[in-house]
Amino acid sequence: MNSPATSLPVTDLAILQQDLLASIKAAADSAALEDIRIAVMGKKGQLTDLMKSLGTLPPDARKEQGAALNRLKDIVTEQLAARQQELAGAALNARLEAERIDVTLATRPQADGRIHPISQTIDEITTIFAAIGFKVASGPDIESDWYNFGALNIPPHHPARAMQDTFYLPQQGDQPTLLRTQTSPVQIRTMMAQQPPIRIIAPGRTYRSDYDMTHTPMFHQVEGLVIDEVSTMSNLKGCLMDFLRAFFGISDLPVRFRPSYFPFVEPGAEVDIGCSRKGGELKLGNGGDWLEILGCGMVHANVLRNCGLDPERYQGFAFGMGIERLAMLKYGIPDLRTFFEADLRWLKHYGFMPLDIPNPALRGAP
Amino acid sequence: MKFPLSWLKQPLDTTASLDEICTTLTAIGLEVESVADRTAQLAPFKIAYIVHAAKHPQADRLKVLTVDTGTEKLQVVCGAPNARADMKTVLALPGDIIPQSGETLKKGVIRGVESQGMCCAADELGLSDSESEGILDLPADAPVGASYAAWAGLNDPVIEINLTPNRADCAGVYGIARDLAAAGLGKLRPLAIKPIKGTFKSTIAVSIAASATATACPLFVGREIKNIRNIASPAWLQQTLQAIGLRPISALVDITNFLTFDHARPLHVFDAAKIKGSLWVAPAKGGEEFAALNGKNYTLQSGMTAIGDDTGVLSLAGIMGGTSSGCDDSTTSVFIEAALFDPIRTAETGRILGIHSDARYRFERGVDPAFTIAGIELATKLVLELCGSDQTIVSDLVIAGSVPDSNRTISYDPATCAKLIGVDVPVPEQQKILQDLGFRVEGNPNKLTVTIPSWRPDIAGQADLAEEVIRIKGFDHIPATSLPRSGVVTPLALDMPLQRANAARRALADQGLLEAVTWSFMPSNLAAAFGGTNDQLRLVNPISADLDMMRPSIIGNLLQAAKRNADRGFADVGLFEVGPVFQNPTPEGQMMVAAALRSGQTPRHWQSPQRAVDAYDAKADALAALAACGAPTASLQITTDAPSWYHPGRSGALRLGPTVLAYFGEVHPALLQQVDTTSSIVASEIFFNAIPAARNSGTAKPLLKLDLLQAVTRDFAFVVDRSVTGDKLLKAVRAADKNLIRDAQIFDVYAGNKIAADKKSVALSITLQPKDKTLTDAEIDAICQQVVKAAEKIGAVLRG
Repeated sequence: MNSPATSLPVTDLAILQQDLLASIKAAADSAALEDIRIAVMGKKGQLTDLMKSLGTLPPDARKEQGAALNRLKDIVTEQLAARQQELAGAALNARLEAERIDVTLATRPQADGRIHPISQTIDEITTIFAAIGFKVASGPDIESDWYNFGALNIPPHHPARAMQDTFYLPQQGDQPTLLRTQTSPVQIRTMMAQQPPIRIIAPGRTYRSDYDMTHTPMFHQVEGLVIDEVSTMSNLKGCLMDFLRAFFGISDLPVRFRPSYFPFVEPGAEVDIGCSRKGGELKLGNGGDWLEILGCGMVHANVLRNCGLDPERYQGFAFGMGIERLAMLKYGIPDLRTFFEADLRWLKHYGFMPLDIPNPALRGAP
Repeated sequence: MKFPLSWLKQPLDTTASLDEICTTLTAIGLEVESVADRTAQLAPFKIAYIVHAAKHPQADRLKVLTVDTGTEKLQVVCGAPNARADMKTVLALPGDIIPQSGETLKKGVIRGVESQGMCCAADELGLSDSESEGILDLPADAPVGASYAAWAGLNDPVIEINLTPNRADCAGVYGIARDLAAAGLGKLRPLAIKPIKGTFKSTIAVSIAASATATACPLFVGREIKNIRNIASPAWLQQTLQAIGLRPISALVDITNFLTFDHARPLHVFDAAKIKGSLWVAPAKGGEEFAALNGKNYTLQSGMTAIGDDTGVLSLAGIMGGTSSGCDDSTTSVFIEAALFDPIRTAETGRILGIHSDARYRFERGVDPAFTIAGIELATKLVLELCGSDQTIVSDLVIAGSVPDSNRTISYDPATCAKLIGVDVPVPEQQKILQDLGFRVEGNPNKLTVTIPSWRPDIAGQADLAEEVIRIKGFDHIPATSLPRSGVVTPLALDMPLQRANAARRALADQGLLEAVTWSFMPSNLAAAFGGTNDQLRLVNPISADLDMMRPSIIGNLLQAAKRNADRGFADVGLFEVGPVFQNPTPEGQMMVAAALRSGQTPRHWQSPQRAVDAYDAKADALAALAACGAPTASLQITTDAPSWYHPGRSGALRLGPTVLAYFGEVHPALLQQVDTTSSIVASEIFFNAIPAARNSGTAKPLLKLDLLQAVTRDFAFVVDRSVTGDKLLKAVRAADKNLIRDAQIFDVYAGNKIAADKKSVALSITLQPKDKTLTDAEIDAICQQVVKAAEKIGAVLRG
C-alpha cells in the first residue's frame, strides 16, 4: 500500500472499515489500541497514506473519496475512544476486585468512656432547677456539729446525733467535728453568707454509719432552699411537682404531700409519687400506689434566726432527696451498693456517654 | 407504734372502715407503715391437747408427743423444752404455711420417728419478734379443736404507724383517736377518771434529791395497794398485749404495759414488800450495779437518774425497773409509780446503756405532765378490778415534787395559714380544728389566743398552729403553685469550681475512662502511702477498720477499684473520679480534684499492636482534663518532681510557674505491691481549682491571623546524652530563630545498640513560617545551620 495512485473502490473501503473495527474490538489493552491507532492514523498509517494520495485523483473522485475517508477516520477515532474507555473500565473493575477488604473486621479501638449515673443524675437535677432560677451551692464534707445539727434546730438528744448514725472525727475547737449526715449545712452556710432572695440546690456527698442491703456509709443527697418574703408551702408543692414530673419525664405523674416531721422545717411534709407494683414490678406513674421520694417543709423560724435572718420578714422552704434513689428509680438500677463498687461492667452498662449532657430543650428523657 | 383496730375503737366512736382509718392516719401525718390482718395467715392453726409425751429414742433433746386435735390423735416430734403431757398448745399440720418462715410444713421423719405435725411457738406464728423459749402454753380452758386466732382474739387487724418523734401524744392509742376525731372520723369518747380515795397513809415515803427536782424528776406520784393477788390477766388484756407483740406476764405488769400504750403514760410497779425503807430519786454517783427486768446487769454512770431504797438502786428512772423489787406471783402489796422524767437524760441513759424500752420511747419524746395523777388513778382502778378483793385497801397518793405548769399560750394570727401555707382557711374552721385537737382558743378573729394542751410539747409558734390546721384539713387542699421565674432565660447555675469539675469529668470520660464514685475514706495504712498521716482526719467510729481515714488522694481508692476489677478477670481498665480529698478538717483543707488511672494493656486489636499503658497515657489524660478546664496547656512547664506515690523516673508535674496543676506517671512499684496488684498502672491527679482564672472575661476569641505564605519543614536527627530532655532540646532549637521557627516537634527517639549506651538519637522537625517573602534555599540553609549550632550548645550532635 505504499503508493496506490488510484482511488480505492467503495467496497474496498467498506472492507477496510470492517477489518479496522474488528481489530479495535479485539485489542486486549491500551497498548494494542495505540498500536492500531499508529498503524491507521500515524504518520505512515493506512488512512494517512490514503489521504496523502487524494491529490492524485481527479477532482470529482477526490471529493468523493475524501469524504469517504473522513467518515472512516471519524468512525475509527470514535471506536478507538470507545474501546479505550471500555478497557479502562475493565481495568478499574479488576483493580477494585483485587482491593476488596473484610469490612466485618472490628474498627480500631475508640475511646469508650462513661459518666457515672450519680453525676448524670446531678446534672439532670441541676438542669431542671436552673431553669427555675436555682443556683448550685456546695460546702465541705467535714463539718462542725453546729452546721450539721445545731443550726438546723436538731436538739442535742435527737437520735440523728447518736454515735451509730454519725461519723465523728477528733473534735476541733468547741464543736464536735463530723462528716455531714445531710447536705443541709450548705443551706446554713448560704443563709449566713448572703441575703435573700435565695434559691439554691446543694448536691453532694453525705455520710452515715450504716452498711447493709439498702444503706451505704457514703451516699449523695440534693437539698434545695428557697428564702424570700413570699414563697409559701403552695409554691413548695408547685416547685417539687414541676421538678418530679420533669425529672421522670411523666407529665401527669401523681404527687402526694403528707404531713411529717423534720426538726428544721415547720410544717414538714413527705412527698410520694404515684406508681404501680403489679406483678412485683415497680412502674412510676398513675398506678394507684404510692412511693416515698423526698422530705420537705417550710424552713423553721429557729433555723432562720440561727442564720441571722428575721423570721418575721423572711420565709421559705427546703427539700432534700437521695440522688442514688432518684437514679435507681429513673434508670432501673436495682442495688444501691453497686454504685460504689467501680465494677467496669456496671459502669459501662449503667453509665452515660460523655457527650450525653442533659439538656431538656434539645433532647427528651431517654 | 402498733395497735389493733379494736383497741382504737375503745376511745374512738366511729363507723369508719379500716381503709378510711388508714388513709386518714397517713393524711394527718400518722403514716401507716403496715396493716397486719392476721385472720387469713393464722386461719389453719387450731388448739390441740398433748395427751402423752415421751423421750425420743434417738435424741435426748427431742420428745415424741401424742397430740389430740379434737378429731384425731397424731404423733408429733417436738424439741421445745416446755412440751409436756396434759398441756394445751397450737398445732400446725402438713400443708400449713408457717408465718415466720413462709414455708409449707411437710410430714417428716425426725431421727427415725415420724412426725405428723408441729407444735408452734409464738415467734413461729409471727406473734413475737423475739425468739420464743418454747411452744405456746395455753390455759387449761382453751377449747381443743377451735381456731387459735379466734380464741386468742388475733383476728383483729393490727395497724402500725410510723410515729414521728414530735408526736409524743400519739405514742398512746388515746392520742391517735383524738387526732382521728379532729379529722372527722368519729367522736372521741370523753375520759371519766374518778379519783379513788385512799384509806391509809403509805409507809413508803418518796424524796427527790434537790439536784433532780428542776428537770430530771419534777414529779413523782406513788400509791400503795395492799392485799391483792397478782394473778394472770384476763383474756381481753392478754389478747390486747399479744396483738402488739407484748408477752403477758402478770396482771400488775400487764396493767402498766396497757396504760403505756393506751395513754402514753409509762408506770412502774414495785412489790411494796421488797422496798426497804423509803424511796429516793437522785442522780447516780456512777458505778452502781443494777439488775434490770430484762435479765441484764448494768453499771450506772454518774448523772443517770436512779430510783432506790435503803438497799441501793431499784429502778432506772424512765427506762426500766429492777428484779430486786419486781412483782411476781407472790406479790400481795404493790407500790405504783407515776413520775415525770426529762427527755434528754432518759434518751442519753438509754443510749449509753443500750436499752430500748417502751417507757424510754415515751419519756424521751415527752410525757403529758398533767396526766400523771390521772395515770395512777387509771392504774389503781385496773389493779382493783383485776387483782383486788374486798380485803384490798388503797393508800393516799404519795406525791413528791409538783405538777409542772405546762400552761402555755400563743398569740396566733389566723392569716398565718394563708401567708405561710398559701391556703386561706376560714377562721371558724381553724378554730374548730384547734379545739378538736384540745387547744383552747379565745380572742378576736385577727388575733387568737391559743392555749396549748399539756400533751403537745411540740407546739411552740404560729407556724406550728398553721401546721395543725392544714394537717387536719388535709395537705391535698394546698394548691400547687409553680415558683415564679425571675427571668425568661435560664441563668448560669454553676460557679467556676463546679463548671471545672463538670468539664474535667466529661473530658476524662471522653478520653475513654469510666467514671467511678468511691468512698471518701480509705484504710489508714494506704492513706499513709499518700502522705495521709494527719490524725485529725482519722474517723473516731469508722464502719470498719479499712475505712478509717479520710482520703488524702483519690488514687488509692482507684487502685483498690482496679485491683477488684483485676480479681474479677478485668486487668485492663481505665477509671477516673472527680471528688474530694482531705488535707485537714477545715473547709480549706478539703479540695475537689480529678484523678484518673489506667491499668494493664491497651485494647487488643487485629491491626493495632497491644502495649502496656504508660506515663504518656496518664499525661494525655491530665492534659485533656486541664484543657477542658481552660488551662493554657501549651504554656505549661513539665518538671520531674511528682510525689512519692509515682515512679520517680517515670512521672512528672504539669506546672504554671510555681503552681502545680497536675501530676502524672507510673504508680510506684512499691505501692502496687502494697495493694497486691501485678498490673502495670499509670495515674494522674488534676488540681483544676488551681488553674488561674482567665484574665480576659469577654467572650471574644483572639483574632485569627492566617499566614499568606506556605510554611517550610526541615527534619534533623541529633545524638544527645540520654539525660537531655526532649523539652530542653526543643527549647534550644526554637531559640535558634524565634521569628521564623514557628514550631518544632520530636517525631522519633532511638536508644539502642547502634549508638553509644549513654546516648540517644532524637529526630525532630522544625516548621519555618516566612512572614513577608518566600525563603530562598540559602536562607533556609542558614537557619538550619543556626538550629544545629543551637543544639550543639546543649551537647547535641547532628547525626551524620
